[in-house]
Amino acid sequence: MGAIYVMWLRQLKRYGRSPARIVASLGQPLLFFVALGFGLGRVFQAAGAGNYLDFLAPGIMAMSIIFTSVFSGMDLIWDRQFGFLKETLVAPVSRVAIMFGRVLGGSTTSTLQGVLVLLLSIALGFRPEHWWGVIAAIGAGLSLAFLFAAFGLLLGTLMRDMQGYPLVMNFVVMPMFFLSGAVFPLDRVASAMRLLAMIDPLTYGVDALRRLLTGSAQFSLLTDLSVTIALSLVLLLLAARSFSRMQV
Amino acid sequence: MSAVIEVEHLCKRFGDVMAVKDVTVSVEAGDIFAFLGPNGAGKSTTIKMLTTILRPSSGRMRVNGFDPVTQSYAVRRSFGIVFQDSSLDEDLTAFENMEFHAILYGVGKAERRQRIHTLLDFVELYDRRDSLVREFSGGMKRRLEIARGLLHEPKIIFLDEPTLGLDPQTRNHMWSYLQDLNARQGTTVFFTTHYMEEAERIARHIAIIDHGAIVAMGTAEELCAQTSSQSLEQAFLALTGHDIREEAGGGLERMRNLRKAWRR
Ligand SMILES: Nc1ncnc2c1ncn2[C@@H]1O[C@H](COP(=O)(O)OP(=O)(O)OP(=O)(O)O)[C@@H](O)[C@H]1O
Ligand SMILES: [Mg+2]
Repeated sequence: MGAIYVMWLRQLKRYGRSPARIVASLGQPLLFFVALGFGLGRVFQAAGAGNYLDFLAPGIMAMSIIFTSVFSGMDLIWDRQFGFLKETLVAPVSRVAIMFGRVLGGSTTSTLQGVLVLLLSIALGFRPEHWWGVIAAIGAGLSLAFLFAAFGLLLGTLMRDMQGYPLVMNFVVMPMFFLSGAVFPLDRVASAMRLLAMIDPLTYGVDALRRLLTGSAQFSLLTDLSVTIALSLVLLLLAARSFSRMQV
Repeated sequence: MSAVIEVEHLCKRFGDVMAVKDVTVSVEAGDIFAFLGPNGAGKSTTIKMLTTILRPSSGRMRVNGFDPVTQSYAVRRSFGIVFQDSSLDEDLTAFENMEFHAILYGVGKAERRQRIHTLLDFVELYDRRDSLVREFSGGMKRRLEIARGLLHEPKIIFLDEPTLGLDPQTRNHMWSYLQDLNARQGTTVFFTTHYMEEAERIARHIAIIDHGAIVAMGTAEELCAQTSSQSLEQAFLALTGHDIREEAGGGLERMRNLRKAWRR
């Protein structure tokens, strides 16, 4: 219990102490809103698909959550380089507890980041369907954050330095993002791409956010959350196992 | 008396380098034991294996009766360690580093405050407890690291060059604290150092390791007698030779430069 709390609190404190990073990481979502929202909005509407900003807002919120989550997990690499990793490796507590605390900390901060992006989208004109949906969406955002923080952490245990980070972003996270239906509706794409979207776990996270924020979705909320949570737990256990095999 | 650390035929290979080859030592419970050797001799590697964070290539170990490879959890409950290089979180304050450690090691809340206060006072960092570690000098970080290592009062304490970069006041202070802990609670102290007079003064037993293998063992007097030396430093040099080691762990580059400067 103590280990989970400590590892969680640590992530939060570190997050709170870098306000510059918090502001900087709003840049990318803003860019997406401007470039896509205002750039493609007309086309989207002309095609009869409705208000693009409404469609896009949950997708961009998901984007910001997963990017910061993956990054938070890969924080482990910095810990390795700066030495703090050793302190956690010799601690007489369960490896699962340490990993769980880390994942929880990373997902809390990236959910906060997601909330900031949601506020940004509201400032830009997005209107969530219900206010209670916003609360529920934050919960769904947390489960999505958990999934990707566990994924980032698993990668962090496997990599020695940050050199692999762009590789992960460009060849795993970005494709997942674009295939997930975050920026365009999946009901109009070719069936091969639809199939890829179905096996992309992010699809379900985006779908849940969109349902809760706008009321329209592809799958049931139960499907969305079951996929996300089940996969999260698998990744968490894999990360804990990999962590327990780590050496310095 | 029984052995609290037992090592038999321990080997560790990194690619072509045999960092530790066939090391056999045992440390009695309640001993103050110095593990000495030139740079790159294999001291840190041995400590890492004993403290569960590196797997040996072969050999057998027992720490507090448990095997670091297969019973790592029980072993981790038995020791505290001050690593050779930093293991602090520089984005946290001194106090937070201490507190997080105490929670990880299950030190109760009331006791925690008390001990953190005492130890931060002891290393003269109490006034700086709310500063980020990033803002500390090298010696201050080292002092914090030592204070943190002493926080949970383990049965065995490993110190890998704890006094590196510390001023003489702090060094003396630290050793008397450890000697006191050893006398009061029978804590076993296992340390490495490059200051021979320190080892001579503090350690009850000494092992000297060179090129991954143990070359001598005994009390300081025994080692001196064995090499007909006046001091441990002379004995050390007699046992390990005078040439500078290429395979220095961290300061390889520095050693090379030193060597170049010498030749010029
Ligand atoms: N992770 C590693 N990968 C490859 N070689 C390593 C690794 N760690 C240590 N070595 C090698 O193992 C040997 C022993 O290193 P070790 O750090 O144990 O020395 P040491 O006795 O602690 O030296 P020092 O006094 O410089 O701290 C050295 O030759 C070193 O280069
Ligand atoms: Mg060393």
